[in-house]
Amino acid sequence: MKLKQLSLFLENKPGALSRPVRLLAKAKFNILTLSIADANQFGILRLILRDWEKAKQLLEQNGFVVRVTDMVAVEVADQPGGLAKILDAVEKSGLNVEFMYAFTEKRANKAILVFRFDDPDRAIQKLQKHGVNVIATVDLLAQT
Amino acid sequence: MKKKVSPPFHPVSAPDFLPLDQLHQLQLQRLQVMVQRAYDHVALFRQRLTERHLTPADIRSLDDVAKLPFTVKTDLRDTYPYGLFASPMKDIVRLHASTGTTGKPIVVAYTREDIAVWENVMMRSFAACGLHAGDVIQNAYGYGLFTGGLGAHYGGESLGATVIPISGGNTQRQLMVMKDFGSTAICCTPSYFLHIIEQAPEMGVKLKELPLRAGIFGAEPWTESMRQRIQAESGLKAYDIYGLSEIIGPGVAMECLCQAGPHIFEDWFYPEIIDPQTGQVLADGEEGELVLTTLGKQAMPMIRYRTRDITSLTREPCDCGRTLRRIKRIGRRSDDMFIIRGVNVYPSQIETALLKVECTLPHYQILLTRDKGLDEVEVQVEVTKEVFGDTVGALEKVQAQICHSIETLTGLRMKVRLVQPQTIQRSEGKAKRVLDQRKM
Repeated sequence: MKLKQLSLFLENKPGALSRPVRLLAKAKFNILTLSIADANQFGILRLILRDWEKAKQLLEQNGFVVRVTDMVAVEVADQPGGLAKILDAVEKSGLNVEFMYAFTEKRANKAILVFRFDDPDRAIQKLQKHGVNVIATVDLLAQT
Repeated sequence: MKKKVSPPFHPVSAPDFLPLDQLHQLQLQRLQVMVQRAYDHVALFRQRLTERHLTPADIRSLDDVAKLPFTVKTDLRDTYPYGLFASPMKDIVRLHASTGTTGKPIVVAYTREDIAVWENVMMRSFAACGLHAGDVIQNAYGYGLFTGGLGAHYGGESLGATVIPISGGNTQRQLMVMKDFGSTAICCTPSYFLHIIEQAPEMGVKLKELPLRAGIFGAEPWTESMRQRIQAESGLKAYDIYGLSEIIGPGVAMECLCQAGPHIFEDWFYPEIIDPQTGQVLADGEEGELVLTTLGKQAMPMIRYRTRDITSLTREPCDCGRTLRRIKRIGRRSDDMFIIRGVNVYPSQIETALLKVECTLPHYQILLTRDKGLDEVEVQVEVTKEVFGDTVGALEKVQAQICHSIETLTGLRMKVRLVQPQTIQRSEGKAKRVLDQRKM
């Protein structure tokens, strides 16, 4: 159920983002989705890739600090109020969202969001109880 | 429970255990011969004694050392290159030079007998940390004008150990040799060894599984926390060796298996601790500047040489039974110190502060800048896998912890910048910790 995310430490300076991205491109890794968090002096690049283990190895060999985190992917109706509904469930379950971002791909009229919770297992359980469709990793990564 | 260390002592270590009265007698004899020699052959020294209305005959006890004038680094520069030599060139068999960070280098000279003394103290240094014939010493100190390489080389060979004269640098080759040749000991700077530790996984080398058991680290100030880190990550025992070219090179003092601070080879080097401001001799246990007098040097006798190293001396008996006094690890040098907003700061304080924050590695650099007359310090610290959380908050927390730790130790708020791993230049010799870009 959990989805692996790679996070990379980036310094806040020109070229910091393009280096890892070019590296992955050259090795033919397809980035399924990504997000960037930025602070004053540094940033964090978060990536979801199909072949995350190999990508991690490549990045580490090239001197990046990489961390793997478990994310939870959920389906959201692509219509007004879709996200609000999910967040209702999150709130009612007493879950704390560290951060979230959207998937670039869509399934029919559903969008996909990825969430980072402190306790992903508990989050999955609670969300399912509230009728949220948590997407299995295999389903997601099998899409092209 | 107190751990007693009683290894079989190597016969070369015998002088380390001299009863104090015999040691003092030997020191005085050697001192008198050397003062006479310097007086006869070194114009600067003779002139300084004459100014103080002293002659070599006034040195009747070890306490009289305090009457002698100090020698400072600029004396070596002012008399560059050969002005302090007490032997004719035909007796001098070796010259070394230190790379001067400011202006001209300093030159030091050795007669054949001086080389023998150096060999002796280096041999005793290796023996003190348990090395003997059969050990394989990977000597990664630089060979050349720097005294580190050849000093360790001769000492290792005399001990009967196998010396690999690999010199500094080329980390991949260092790791290959370490693994393939089965090195049991390595000599280099602590910061360079840290770099080796870091590179090992990439080369597929598991340091803990190698026969390597002793690291003889010196040539730059380091901290106890750094030792703990090195030992935990590499499985070897890290020993502190102390020395300086002006006195002889490495081998002025060396830690024994107890790792309780370097023992000074007092039969050849007479130590004092002084108040750097007043020049007054301080008692054992008090912290001040280390001053050394060579007791057997022929080519270049050094009398009361001010090392700029801040430490203290202790006569407290060491568990190893050596009668030699120990110095406290040298964590700082008075010339590494930088002054920021009127506060004296040593790089070692920053290092200690960093090591106090969990999981940070001491790969750091201190950048000094001046903006509109105001001094700014930026401490750049490399992010490691261990500290990198995937939230901005986690990283900002690390940043704040480092900031706080530095402020606690120095009383100053410094800017902390987290940088990508491997971006701070690794040195193969002495680490360059402070980049002063202030325009004075």
